[in-house]
Amino acid sequence: MDPRADSAALDVSGLVKRFGSTTAVDGLDLRVARGTVFALLGPNGAGKTTTVEICEGFQRPDSGTVRVLGLDPVADSARLRPRIGVMPQGGGAYPGLRAQEMLELAASYAASPLGVDWLLHELGLWDARRTIFKRLSGGQQQRLSLACALVGRPELVFLDEPTAGMDPQARRLVWELIGALRADGVTVLLTTHLMDEAEQLADRVMIIDSGRVLTEGSPNELTSRDASCRTLTFRSRAGLSLELLSGALPESCTAVEPSPGNYLVEGEIDPQVVSTVTSWCAQQGVLADELRVGRRGLEDVFLELTGRELRS
Amino acid sequence: MSGRFAEGAFRPAPGRAPLGSMLLAQTRAETRLVLRHPEQLLLNLLIPMALLVGLSLLPLLSLPEPRVDSVAPRILALAVMSSAFTGQAISLGFDRRYGVIKRLAATALPRWLLVVGRVAAALIVVAAQLVVLGVLALLLGWQPAASGLVAAVVLVVLGTLAFGALGVLLGGALRAEVVLALANVVWFVLLLAGGIIVPLDQLPAGLSAVVSWLPSGALAQGLQSALAAGGWPGWHPVAVLAAWGAAAGLLASRTTKLA
Repeated sequence: MDPRADSAALDVSGLVKRFGSTTAVDGLDLRVARGTVFALLGPNGAGKTTTVEICEGFQRPDSGTVRVLGLDPVADSARLRPRIGVMPQGGGAYPGLRAQEMLELAASYAASPLGVDWLLHELGLWDARRTIFKRLSGGQQQRLSLACALVGRPELVFLDEPTAGMDPQARRLVWELIGALRADGVTVLLTTHLMDEAEQLADRVMIIDSGRVLTEGSPNELTSRDASCRTLTFRSRAGLSLELLSGALPESCTAVEPSPGNYLVEGEIDPQVVSTVTSWCAQQGVLADELRVGRRGLEDVFLELTGRELRS
Repeated sequence: MSGRFAEGAFRPAPGRAPLGSMLLAQTRAETRLVLRHPEQLLLNLLIPMALLVGLSLLPLLSLPEPRVDSVAPRILALAVMSSAFTGQAISLGFDRRYGVIKRLAATALPRWLLVVGRVAAALIVVAAQLVVLGVLALLLGWQPAASGLVAAVVLVVLGTLAFGALGVLLGGALRAEVVLALANVVWFVLLLAGGIIVPLDQLPAGLSAVVSWLPSGALAQGLQSALAAGGWPGWHPVAVLAAWGAAAGLLASRTTKLA
């Protein structure tokens, strides 16, 4: 048996990081098993990037221990860096180098890199290979950055918002690629705002806010913790008075308008509740568009834990 | 999820390339970036060439004949200052903006090799500039003193390192736009009043005393002494350049930010 098999790819405990008077990471524990995909979710400013950058060795923790592939990312940086791949948020390349030249440069640091031409083809960058980095589109820059993170055949990759700025086709491609990495035994830590991304890709998901862990588990565990709880959503005219509806619903159900014109009823949704909602709509003289009953998704769990208000 | 990628395509096989091949790749990339950039070409070659021809042929300043013997060494100093200081600062400022320094700092490339690659590229670019400008000066009738060539090479290397360290100090600490503005302003001020266009001994007495302690004044004066009179230019320019280089290098190693 591989002696390293039982050691985690990433083992963080009691991590604290302060910037002046703000605490960006506040006692975070995180363990990622080898060969799995782990998604770190959280609103803007939750501490995702700070956590990832500490694991990459860019920042020193104020307290707590961090072990990446069994190594200290700051003290053992020279030994660790050949073994990891990093895709920083917003890319990272020489603005004046062509896509192919940048990837060749990244490949030149590795002992047995992936084929540069092959990667350019697979990531849909072949036609843009002679374009300098700063003239690539946002999505192309992201894909090149991803290619640079993978070209050295790392054991562990950090992907900070890998699909930000990508069109749906590119996003699908990246999802497939992350699936292939996992199948080949590469450990992936990714941060994302996209709940469907986390739900589709991740073996485990952690939701953090204000530098603290709110919940952790497999996507299935997180969404089925409260099995009887379902959601009913519909669209209609904005600003309908929910007072009457709330009065007519059973106590286990709540009705809110999370954004103008989008209505959400949560709780034990049974046929009677659906009927109550539609008759209320009839009373208001409106039609319930896109009426849908569903199980709670990761997005519902996320919003429940981190709040629905928009933050500045 | 499968199909698109063959099984095992991404099987981990981490490891670092040999240092020599990393250094070669890094130096080649950095050199290519400078040579490709049109603004750098203007700053590094076209302006020095125009000044070399203009100051040598037109009676703009009172200079001893042949004028080119006085002008050429100072233009060589200008070329070093342009690429090693202004060019370096601006490119580092924008490289940081585009996140490349951070990206490279997370790869297997050791950080000292990143610096060595940049220094090697700077020396290659300076060598190319000096060949072009030197040939042009020879065509204009320049007759450098052969006995001062070794000293000139030493001064050029020291000057490249000192100006390069100052460029990194500036480009590594501030926002790209601020770097762009400051690097050009400093270049222009040193061009006019730093011993480049006007020789040190023609500046007002107080100013020339100060300028002889600046890297531009020290390099221009040192090169002029070595290439016009020949021999060793004395300890002063060497010490001034070494001190600026060491101070800027030390400070830059503390202030340079990755992004």
